[in-house]
Amino acid sequence: MPNSPSDRAADDPYGAVHDLVVIGAGCAGLAGAVTAFEQGLSVALLDTAGRIGGQFYRHPAPAIGAVRPEALHHDWSAFAGLRHRLEASDVVHLAGHHVWTVARQDGANPRWTVHAVTGVDGDGERPVRVHARAVLLATGAYERQLPFPGWTLPGVVGAAGAQAMLKSGLVLPGRRVVVAGSGPLLLAVASSLAAAGARVPLVVEASGYLGYARRPDVLAVNPQKLAEAVVHGAALLRHGVRLRTRSAVTDVHGADRVEAVTVSRLDRDWRPVQGSGRRIACDALAVGHGLVPQTELATSLGCATRRTQDGTYALALDALQQTSVPGLWAAGETGGIGGAQLARVEGELAGFAVAAQVRGGHEPARDGRVRELQRRRERMRAFAGAMTAMHAPGPGWVDWLDDATEVCRCEEVRAGAIREAVDEHGARDARTVKLLTRAGMGWCQGRVCGAAVARLAAGGGAPAVPPSPERRPLAVPVALELLGSLDTTAPTSSPAAPAQRPDTAGPDGAATSGD
Amino acid sequence: MVGAACAYYAARSGLSVTVIDRGAVAGGTTGAGEGNLLVSDKEPGPELELALLSTRLWRELADVLPPRIEYEAKGGLVVASGEASLAVLRDFAARQERAGVRVRQIGSGRLRDLEPHLAEDLAGGFHYPQDAQVQPALAAAHLLRAVGGHGPGRVFLRLGEEVTGILKGASGEVRGVRTASGDLHAPYVVNAAGTWGGRLARLAGVDLPVLPRRGFVLVTEPLPRVVRHKVYTADYVADVASGSAALQTSAVVEGTPAGPVLIGASRERVGFDRALSVEALRRLAAQATRLFPVLAGVHAIRTYAGFRPYLPDHLPAIGSDPRVPGLLHACGHEGAGIGLAPATGTIVARIVSGAGLPMDITPFGPDRFEGTSQPRKEPRHGA
Ligand SMILES: Cc1cc2nc3c(=O)[nH]c(=O)nc-3n(C[C@H](O)[C@H](O)[C@H](O)COP(=O)(O)OP(=O)(O)OC[C@H]3O[C@@H](n4cnc5c(N)ncnc54)[C@H](O)[C@@H]3O)c2cc1C
Ligand SMILES: Cc1cc2nc3c(=O)[nH]c(=O)nc-3n(C[C@H](O)[C@H](O)[C@H](O)COP(=O)(O)OP(=O)(O)OC[C@H]3O[C@@H](n4cnc5c(N)ncnc54)[C@H](O)[C@@H]3O)c2cc1C
Repeated sequence: MPNSPSDRAADDPYGAVHDLVVIGAGCAGLAGAVTAFEQGLSVALLDTAGRIGGQFYRHPAPAIGAVRPEALHHDWSAFAGLRHRLEASDVVHLAGHHVWTVARQDGANPRWTVHAVTGVDGDGERPVRVHARAVLLATGAYERQLPFPGWTLPGVVGAAGAQAMLKSGLVLPGRRVVVAGSGPLLLAVASSLAAAGARVPLVVEASGYLGYARRPDVLAVNPQKLAEAVVHGAALLRHGVRLRTRSAVTDVHGADRVEAVTVSRLDRDWRPVQGSGRRIACDALAVGHGLVPQTELATSLGCATRRTQDGTYALALDALQQTSVPGLWAAGETGGIGGAQLARVEGELAGFAVAAQVRGGHEPARDGRVRELQRRRERMRAFAGAMTAMHAPGPGWVDWLDDATEVCRCEEVRAGAIREAVDEHGARDARTVKLLTRAGMGWCQGRVCGAAVARLAAGGGAPAVPPSPERRPLAVPVALELLGSLDTTAPTSSPAAPAQRPDTAGPDGAATSGD
Repeated sequence: MVGAACAYYAARSGLSVTVIDRGAVAGGTTGAGEGNLLVSDKEPGPELELALLSTRLWRELADVLPPRIEYEAKGGLVVASGEASLAVLRDFAARQERAGVRVRQIGSGRLRDLEPHLAEDLAGGFHYPQDAQVQPALAAAHLLRAVGGHGPGRVFLRLGEEVTGILKGASGEVRGVRTASGDLHAPYVVNAAGTWGGRLARLAGVDLPVLPRRGFVLVTEPLPRVVRHKVYTADYVADVASGSAALQTSAVVEGTPAGPVLIGASRERVGFDRALSVEALRRLAAQATRLFPVLAGVHAIRTYAGFRPYLPDHLPAIGSDPRVPGLLHACGHEGAGIGLAPATGTIVARIVSGAGLPMDITPFGPDRFEGTSQPRKEPRHGA
């Protein structure tokens, strides 16, 4: 069928109006794209990365000549299955596309325009637009960092980042690596590092793992999580890795790179116990405190969010993965941290739901497969919620910081300046701290320091101003020349003109205005 | 910003002042705009008079407040791309000069002496040495602290408290305000609620038609100084004065001490809708690179939107409300509230302390719209 819609879409991915654009080619996005395609939709799949797989199924470029990339992955077969289905499909895969914003045209048939920059890695950077009837946001998560003295020293790397580096390039951050922070990812990181030949003298976990024992209900219905823990546990034992819970790295030593770290015991609130510090020699520290959903493309459109058990924000989704903005779906970590398996389930669910909506077919909730996916999602979300609560940073971690500790690395803002903005100048939330100190205004736009600044802004007591999800209307930086040369005319079949908006006062939410 | 300035000047004249905000310091439009202190964009008239007074007061404040407020008397440069717009500018500048503005014409050949990276094909421009710049959030925060403990005048700050009612006495005079944590009594209440000033006025039972006018600002990655003045094109002046609801953009390009270049701002009336306007960003970027070709490869790393508080005749409401004794207004400064704040604060302080006024404030009368506005329906989306 040379004239099928998907053929035309492949010839001119930027001119066609796709049934669905999927942003993010990780577990969630892949599952969503292939499911929607198999349900008869024309689909475009965008990702900044050159290769599919997202954060979990990162794998080295062929040039590196890794023989068995799957050695670093459990669950590789699930990925192989998705990859196979993608290869067999007409899904238009647009690799190397950095999406910077998503715009919606209202009307009887809402249309979406996804704005991306491509060619960033080579020359010939240019802006492109992809049009669709529906959008699935599967942009995953990024790692949360909590600053402490010495965390900016070379040799300190993000734990998830170290894992990603290992998976994509098989590079080790050091030879003797302490892994620290909080969250189940630490165990995965430690076993990968050990398997790849590093010495891992210690895994330092800030919360107690005992919490899991207190939620046997949730564990009992998520047997594969137990299996994962056993796999990691066994691997760690084999490599002689010790786990120390209720402890944190509170200082890093070394002149121009890491030579040792101080590990202190923590009380229930994560306050370091005086005099408990012990020095551990190492040449690298991999540290991270779990993941934060990457939702800015959706929050810029006004999508509703929910506050997660660890104080970050995830997109609020309905039973079929739709956000509060009709026509925009989300799956995977954008809706809350829950792991690769959950991301696949949600992606598939969203694929079915979008297909039903765009095709105007039967009610998806009556479909047996959909109901089964919903059941699995509920089960895994319950586990993820319990896990998130368990590893939520305790209020006392701010005691790790002295006034000289740099909190915002881009703008070089120290903890003392942030405390001053709060105590002396009337800042009450991350936004006003940013305005008064520039913390979070730099290149990373607060992705690294945001969590820490929000916590410091809340001061000692209850926050005077309720925190709000961070807004980043530009999801990635865009060169002015590209921005200025954008074509902002409507696609081939022009959607209805935007509805006229009244000129009078709007909802109260507008009070927390601006940036 | 406006509330902070009112509090500062009132406390300086010996009054005890409590500043109440439902959010943080600079949590409103002050934290969502830019800090241009301009005389160059103003037609001769009451607003220009207010701006000239403010220009002097800002210079005084710059001596009192710490350098961290980033006050820079850098001057503005308004350029014209063709002979026609240059002629319009020349006429505008001549009228401003008669009203007391200092301005100097710059021939096209000399523009690059002032701004080395400016495009080469511009027809000419005008230099306004009185234009200056400040970092609004820092300025507001430091102004609120500047009075300190000396003298009888004091400023008390109550953040995170929303005013939910205006207390009135038997004859309708103001007695204070109500918040969730209780009543606060005072013989004078100043409405410095910016874009939300209309709602606060309604709490006092009076109509003040303050409306939002949205603006986007583009912020680049940090750069070494490539832009020295505030640079904008002649079209900007027309946009500022326009009453149109449609999107207007004429970029003001300026460097900041921290490095990023700010490009702002668009103007459109779309209610409180903060959804990103790709078209607004496109125009800002195109105009900035037209003025400064060197910016082409520079990245925009963020953008933000704010809602200017404007009144139908584009003048603020400043002064006592004859309809409610004890109620004063200091809001509706549209795109110039940072610049106009010190003069506004001085006027408010003089009224409350019974001192003489620095200028005629009749054009800013808060009841000037009485009877002119149709009853408006407040849309009920979501809230
Ligand atoms: C650095 C890192 C390492 C991790 N390591 C492990 C691990 O070892 N073990 C484990 O169990 N879990 C790990 N996780 C968690 C695991 O990756 C997730 O559970 C899983 O990948 C979730 O799938 P997803 O599809 O929701 O998101 P992801 O797999 O993260 O996929 C999101 C995709 O969206 C793309 N994207 C994001 N923003 C844009 C944009 N603006 N434009 C275009 N594309 C965009 C990204 O390039 C990415 O490919 C890690 C997470 C991170 C962040
Ligand atoms: C994009 C953009 C660029 C701009 N650029 C400039 C510029 O370069 N130069 C310039 O001079 N001006 C500029 N402006 C305009 C300027 O920002 C405003 O005029 C100025 O900030 C208004 O200050 P304000 O104090 O009146 O209002 P706001 O800063 O909004 O303060 C009003 C305060 O009242 C509080 N409030 C409201 N209702 C209540 C209640 N019921 N109870 C308690 N508190 C309440 C709010 O929380 C808010 O903090 C710009 C504006 C925008 C949007």
